[in-house]
Amino acid sequence: MAESKEKIKKVSVICAKGSLEDVYAALVMTNGARMEGIEANLFFTFFGLDAITKKKMNKLHTATVGNPAMAMPGGLPFPTLLGILPGVEAGVSAMMRKGMDDLDIPPVEEFLDMINAAGGKIYGCKLAVDMFKLKREDMYDDMDSIITIGEFYEKAAGGQIIFT
Amino acid sequence: MSQKEISGVTIDVDDSGYMTNFEEWSKEIATELAKENGIDELTPKHWEVIEYIQKEVKDGTTLSIRKVGKSGVVDIKEFYNLFPDGPLKKATLISGVPKPSGCV
Repeated sequence: MAESKEKIKKVSVICAKGSLEDVYAALVMTNGARMEGIEANLFFTFFGLDAITKKKMNKLHTATVGNPAMAMPGGLPFPTLLGILPGVEAGVSAMMRKGMDDLDIPPVEEFLDMINAAGGKIYGCKLAVDMFKLKREDMYDDMDSIITIGEFYEKAAGGQIIFT
Repeated sequence: MSQKEISGVTIDVDDSGYMTNFEEWSKEIATELAKENGIDELTPKHWEVIEYIQKEVKDGTTLSIRKVGKSGVVDIKEFYNLFPDGPLKKATLISGVPKPSGCV
């Protein structure tokens, strides 16, 4: 096997997009790092902030338009025109969330709670928080802090950075 | 598949050090495996978690940190404190059950 004996000691994951699959990629990678005993930071910026915005975090959507991987259940192509109908995107997203719950993948808020309990650090990007005019009370209670990009790099020092 | 000498007996283990024959498991072996993994002493709470894990695996459950956290035995924070640096991996290794295959 070509695996390195040297262990990754620290990862800092940046989540900049707010669609269901992008947010889950960041959550799974951060939580997975903690499960392996790797120090982990999770930094949310731009639309990724939806994942730590109380009103939005448990209602994230996956795109039904402009998503070439989108398929009907059973694998048939998903017509783009169907994706624009009211309620379709919400329905598809709800189906995906249900499918994940069946696999023991928690909803976003519970996933953040797991990462927090596991000692992972959760940060919001100051620039994006200001841009979207978010207040601390609008955001996930157990977020560690709102930080600048400079502070992010300080916290990420000595580890790997992953951009989802 | 290989064998290793521990606590005066020989046990069968896989490439990652997980026991492959639960019949060979004993509390003495668990205590030694814990020491090898940086846990000097198994407290009553550790044993409670070990018993829970062994029972779940026997029942065919796919273990996850989320499940352990909802077990009523420990919460997630406590689980990480009891088995630092990879709680599910360490706890299953010490419990003598296979390495968990889940990603969450």
